[in-house]
Amino acid sequence: MTIAMPAPDQSVIQRGPQIIAALRAILPGDAVIDDPQETRAYECDALTAYRCPPLAVVLPRTTAEVAAIMQTCHRMGVPVVPRGAGTSLAGGALPTADCVLLGTMRLRDVLEIDTDNRFIRVQTGVTNLSVSAELEPHGFFYAPDPSSQLACTIAGNIAMNSGGAHCLKYGVTTNNLMAATVVLTTGEIVQLGGPELGPDGLDLLGLFCGSEGQLGVVTEATLRILPRPEGARPVLIGFDNAEVAGECVARIIRSGVLPVAIEYMDEPCLRAVESFAKAGYPACSAVLIVEVEGSRDEIADQLARIRAIAEDLNPVEFRESRNADEAAKIWKGRKSAFGAMGKLGDYICLDGTVPVGQLPFTLRRIGELSQQHGLEVANVFHAGDGNMHPLILFDANTPGDLARAEAFGADILRLCVEVGGCLTGEHGVGIEKRDLMGDQYDPADLAIQMEIKDLFDPQWLLNPAKVFPLEASARFRQRAAE
Amino acid sequence: MTALLDAYAPTDEAELSGIVADHFRRASPLCIEGGGTRIENTAQGQRLSTARLSGVVTYSPGEMTLIARPGTPLPEIEDMLAAEGQALAFEPPDLRGILGRNGIPTLGGMVAANASGPRRLLAGACRDHLLGLRFVDGQGRILKNGGRVMKNVTGLDLSKLLAGSHGTLAILTEMVLKTLPLLPARTTLICRDLDEAQAVRLFSTALATPFEVTGAAYRDGTAYLRIEGLEKQLTYRRDRLLALLTDHDPEVLDDAATVTLWRDLRDVSHFAGLAAPLWRILTKPTEAPRITAALHTLGGQTSLDWGGGLIWYAGPGEATQIRNIATHATLIRRAGVTGPAFPPQQGATARLQQGLRQTFDPAGILNPGLMES
Repeated sequence: MTIAMPAPDQSVIQRGPQIIAALRAILPGDAVIDDPQETRAYECDALTAYRCPPLAVVLPRTTAEVAAIMQTCHRMGVPVVPRGAGTSLAGGALPTADCVLLGTMRLRDVLEIDTDNRFIRVQTGVTNLSVSAELEPHGFFYAPDPSSQLACTIAGNIAMNSGGAHCLKYGVTTNNLMAATVVLTTGEIVQLGGPELGPDGLDLLGLFCGSEGQLGVVTEATLRILPRPEGARPVLIGFDNAEVAGECVARIIRSGVLPVAIEYMDEPCLRAVESFAKAGYPACSAVLIVEVEGSRDEIADQLARIRAIAEDLNPVEFRESRNADEAAKIWKGRKSAFGAMGKLGDYICLDGTVPVGQLPFTLRRIGELSQQHGLEVANVFHAGDGNMHPLILFDANTPGDLARAEAFGADILRLCVEVGGCLTGEHGVGIEKRDLMGDQYDPADLAIQMEIKDLFDPQWLLNPAKVFPLEASARFRQRAAE
Repeated sequence: MTALLDAYAPTDEAELSGIVADHFRRASPLCIEGGGTRIENTAQGQRLSTARLSGVVTYSPGEMTLIARPGTPLPEIEDMLAAEGQALAFEPPDLRGILGRNGIPTLGGMVAANASGPRRLLAGACRDHLLGLRFVDGQGRILKNGGRVMKNVTGLDLSKLLAGSHGTLAILTEMVLKTLPLLPARTTLICRDLDEAQAVRLFSTALATPFEVTGAAYRDGTAYLRIEGLEKQLTYRRDRLLALLTDHDPEVLDDAATVTLWRDLRDVSHFAGLAAPLWRILTKPTEAPRITAALHTLGGQTSLDWGGGLIWYAGPGEATQIRNIATHATLIRRAGVTGPAFPPQQGATARLQQGLRQTFDPAGILNPGLMES
């Protein structure tokens, strides 16, 4: 454990019984959990190396209940950690011992589907995948598709500005979010955006999206919906040289064909996938999966263009899918990549983004760093937008291995920033990248972000000790405590 | 200090920072100017032009990114991108015609106004294509946010907030924009003799198809649907839409005529010759028929874009009357009308907006009052 969390506020912990009583007074009986056996289920998110049971868990069903919780916690000076489904890989929903953890999972209602105006309005505890499932009978879908989409909630998607494999064409959450009902730290309810293509004042919604629970809790959302494409088809392209694969990505993008996804897997990843998923991928240095959408003829036309580009670069293999089965087989290895890597051992998954032109250099440098740190790394990622996902393999049972893996990860993220990229493309900062923020931003760049945080949450009670380095936020937190 | 007539015209970020820091200390307001081709800047203060903060820093077609300074003329950018087969997908409008101005639109003005044309419907607004920026805040601090990559969730996203803030929070000094391949072919389907309700229904039908309609506009009883794409794709989509809309007996417009038509629609050229005030109204598309009917009782004319989601109203209605009919109304061409251009904000939203202004600009010196009610 190398990421420090501040000591919990003992005065809050001592007032625990009163705080829980106050919450019980405003919520239905089953909405407040304080039994340590049960709160343990909320002690971590998908960054499982860091755990801490909260003081209590609240599971509201309405915006009004969320407002009442926020008001009570604000009045009693209790930190609040919002949580969607707890799928954050960055520790974005890690509780503190002195916090009330506010879970959105019972905010489950679909409120409105309006295909004439092309939006869906939902409570934010609905899962990402269920939004698209609701829309399917209407011929529409919701575009952002993070790989945790079966479990992750819209609340978490908005908090982290989630992406997915298809954002090369459709953008990430912020590009598909039209409005949000937000409960501020005081319990005040505010509407940001609306069903129109706004805004016509300052873009508060744009500021809120991706703010990692630092500014408020989102309880309802209006999401832009898109007509389902007629069809989609992937191709697999294998190269015996990683840099050539990178070049192929750049050429496809320049050509004017805009695929919905370009996924990349390197050799260590391919080996793992072949051992565990037996997807039948070629044995080579790098595989690209490129997916295009449209009618049958449109797909054929786009794939012909992609084939021409790829063949100039002498691929080891160019595999088209003639039917749904073959298409599924091409995706099979990619979709099982994280699971396959998991069978090799423990791993941490990073998500720094680099300019597409820097992919070959970055991959080579990650290989060198892997040797220096003596830990294996596999790369499987969204190549079209340069959003890398290096998976660093380690053994959690070997003392010091996690710390080594974290040090290696920090080096990779610094490398991403050095070549003109950023620390995180879609997972968020959370606690995981908190202490690296100074590598991307100067003190003044962080100061203005913290001044905005201070405006929304002057007591610094919301999702404490995330996003901003503790040292940098100390003066704000001290002033808030006075 | 470099002077441009009677305005400050700094040539770099450091000089700009010095000017702003000095004005911050004296709480002396600044009126920030780009090309002067967007909404009328009514702010009182010492003029400050971004004209000399100009030039392209980097353009990487393979990475689909452009980094440039705010004073860079937009036509130069558009030409440079077109030479590489790319464009700014959000189709920024050129409002010189309707505003009767003759400046040169700048990149900074475009971002400050979040200027987005017909393709906003499918491709998103200017803010959706802004990947990062550098800026000087109201204390003269030189700051940055975001970056030059497509996906970036590192810290708070200030790019979205600063796009469309009309120079009231900060002065932009460098911006990173996503560029996209220019679609090689386009056509327009034209359906005549429709009222607003029929047009919006037609738009809702067409926009529920997977044929990626990139423009849905209406004026003078005629609805226009634009599709773009690779040649084969375009033919297929056109034929499918023609079949779907067969009751309306659509006409088909060729590529060149499509380019001209949508430039005119984008720039609202049809209202350029009128002297009346011009309002830009945002709405849920299916509300557009009700709103336009109510506006017509005040006199004047309307047209629609964004499938009905954007109403242009040129007419004599009073601000309060118009905002009673539709809350999201912005006054684009004043034509003598005084009062706030932007729709008034209420309650917590107003308080948060005010708070953000104080955070970025504690002395209230950047385009003071421009976006306030």
